[in-house]
Amino acid sequence: MTHPLETAAHPETLRRVVIDPVSRVEGHGKVTLLLDADNRIQQARLHIVEFRGFEKFIQGRPYWEVPVLVQRLCGICPVSHHLAASKAMDMIVGATELTPTADKMRRLLHFGQILQSHALHFFHLSSPDLLFGFDADVARRNVVAVAAARPELVRQGVLLRKYGQEVIRVTSGKRVHGSCAIPGGVNKHLTPAERDYLLADIDRTVAWSRDAVALIKQLYAERKDFHNGFGYFKSAYVSLVRADGALDFYHGGLRARKADGELLFDHADYATYWDRIFEVTKPWSYMKFPYLRDLGPEDGWYRVGPLARINNCAFVPTPLAEAERIAFREFDHGSATHANLAYHWTRMIEMLHAAEGIHALLRDPDLLAGELVVKGTRAERGVGVIEAPRGTLIHHYRVNEDDQIVRANLIVSTTHNNEAMNEAVRQVALRYLDGTEVTEPLLNHIEVAIRAYDPCLSCATHALGQMPLEVAVVDAEGRTVDALRRDSDGAVRRPSEIAA
Amino acid sequence: MTERKLRVATTSLAGCFGCHMSLLDIDERLFDLVQLVEFDRSPLTDIKHCGPCDIGLVEGGVCNAENVHVLREFRRNCRILVAVGACAITGGVPALRNNIDLWDCFQECYQYEPGTAGHVIPDDPELPLPFDKVRPIYEVVHVDYYLPGCPPPADAFWQLITDLAAGRVPKLEPAMIRYD
Repeated sequence: MTHPLETAAHPETLRRVVIDPVSRVEGHGKVTLLLDADNRIQQARLHIVEFRGFEKFIQGRPYWEVPVLVQRLCGICPVSHHLAASKAMDMIVGATELTPTADKMRRLLHFGQILQSHALHFFHLSSPDLLFGFDADVARRNVVAVAAARPELVRQGVLLRKYGQEVIRVTSGKRVHGSCAIPGGVNKHLTPAERDYLLADIDRTVAWSRDAVALIKQLYAERKDFHNGFGYFKSAYVSLVRADGALDFYHGGLRARKADGELLFDHADYATYWDRIFEVTKPWSYMKFPYLRDLGPEDGWYRVGPLARINNCAFVPTPLAEAERIAFREFDHGSATHANLAYHWTRMIEMLHAAEGIHALLRDPDLLAGELVVKGTRAERGVGVIEAPRGTLIHHYRVNEDDQIVRANLIVSTTHNNEAMNEAVRQVALRYLDGTEVTEPLLNHIEVAIRAYDPCLSCATHALGQMPLEVAVVDAEGRTVDALRRDSDGAVRRPSEIAA
Repeated sequence: MTERKLRVATTSLAGCFGCHMSLLDIDERLFDLVQLVEFDRSPLTDIKHCGPCDIGLVEGGVCNAENVHVLREFRRNCRILVAVGACAITGGVPALRNNIDLWDCFQECYQYEPGTAGHVIPDDPELPLPFDKVRPIYEVVHVDYYLPGCPPPADAFWQLITDLAAGRVPKLEPAMIRYD
């Protein structure tokens, strides 16, 4: 899996330009460019430069500790890791179906997370690029300068993020690294006082989210051709969808859509994600490069996150956000469908959906009363998948009879977008920096392309491994009727084929 | 009276950005904060290297050579250096790998079984040298203040910065001192 400009033939003869660190993103990344004597781009790479080894040191920990431990992967989307791990632990404790109270409490928590994370990305991190231009002075490219120029806009952004954080605090006890989900359910109800507290500000939260969609739509349309074409490429998309095809952040089946719009697979059971998604590693980044097995390592890379979800779903199940989805899809004959910067637009549509979702959920009596936890037959393997703010998040654990984790595998959202972000870097470098004197504002163009994906590079430093797996199909008498094995080289074979 | 604003730099080393999130959790007080301080290098700005500052807030422990480089740059430039959160103070959750061989961690992530071909362990010169142990920042530089918690509450950040801005020794109420 190599691409033009990924690897220069003779790097020793080239001049190196580096963006280190990539700023206004979460986590540690850097970009290196190699240029020849004529300033022609010969190589462009986004490197993830930290390594944590979570999957190793989590081994031996008790399974019930995991949802609280793994959320320390990331302080921006801790709820996503908390919930994905909890869904995996639901399978471990045999909770095949949660109570309505548990399901709705978790969904409320998750909506709060989507709302605060999307608001943070748009207002606190990306708004300077979108409002002041990509080549604005460095001193202005931050939220403080935006607050000076557009105080009311930033006030709304700060309060939108605050509202999402307050939903998280009320449901999980803390704004960052709280605890709500436990294996098989949740640990609390909402009290009527807590519900009323959240109800007090929900109407303005919906209204401001709607304003945010209108703002990004207007900014996008003002420079339509530039925004459509910025680092342009087509790709496949992966996301969860509900059984009826609706957008669903919390649960569903895997849907993959090819670049031409055709579905590659649909409603695939995520508990066997390893049949669909493979990964390769490259020596120059700690973050792996996943691809869709059916399309192969060369062409199988894909995108996840807001753009993927809005492109993939049949509809958004709340009215205001659905109207905005249709407007996005119909914009200029669908010309924004594959645009990098359309991530901002679709992210705001999702924020509106989250606000509407909270609005509807808060009126649900199941939040205030009902059974919290269910248990069933203990299993040794659990897979939990959710749509985190940045895209599909996969947690996978194996637990021994002493309740200890023996193996863990995570594919975090940002990892899925690894190749896409590298492609965006290459496209932008070729278009804006090739053959010219490299300047700081031009380098910011590259960061703008990366920022569109809202990468969570801190999550990605935990890039966890794919593991050899054996899956056996056992009949009612306990006889193995079929088996598949995935080796660590990514190949899936029947053990009988290996023997042969 | 217009007093000079305090210049504040922030960074996350081997941390999760949760402490930075908690700093932002001062919510509307952010508008009051920027009356008191201006930001130098921080994940919120595009300044890539720390210049002379009054306060440096460091989240996360030290897990590789680049962390040391950034931490020393902060110490050189910041009059007051604060270790923010459990990871900067003790190494935190990333330090759970300290009793495991680093090579075993790499193999688990990238190769699974020793000797299995097909998956390279990343080793490009562009990747900073990882350390065998994750260390608290006081093992590398002198630290002036410690702000505990995972993460420290937003009120603790507010108290710390407003006390320093007023020229007081920071004093935190017991409720702001967290060891979660």
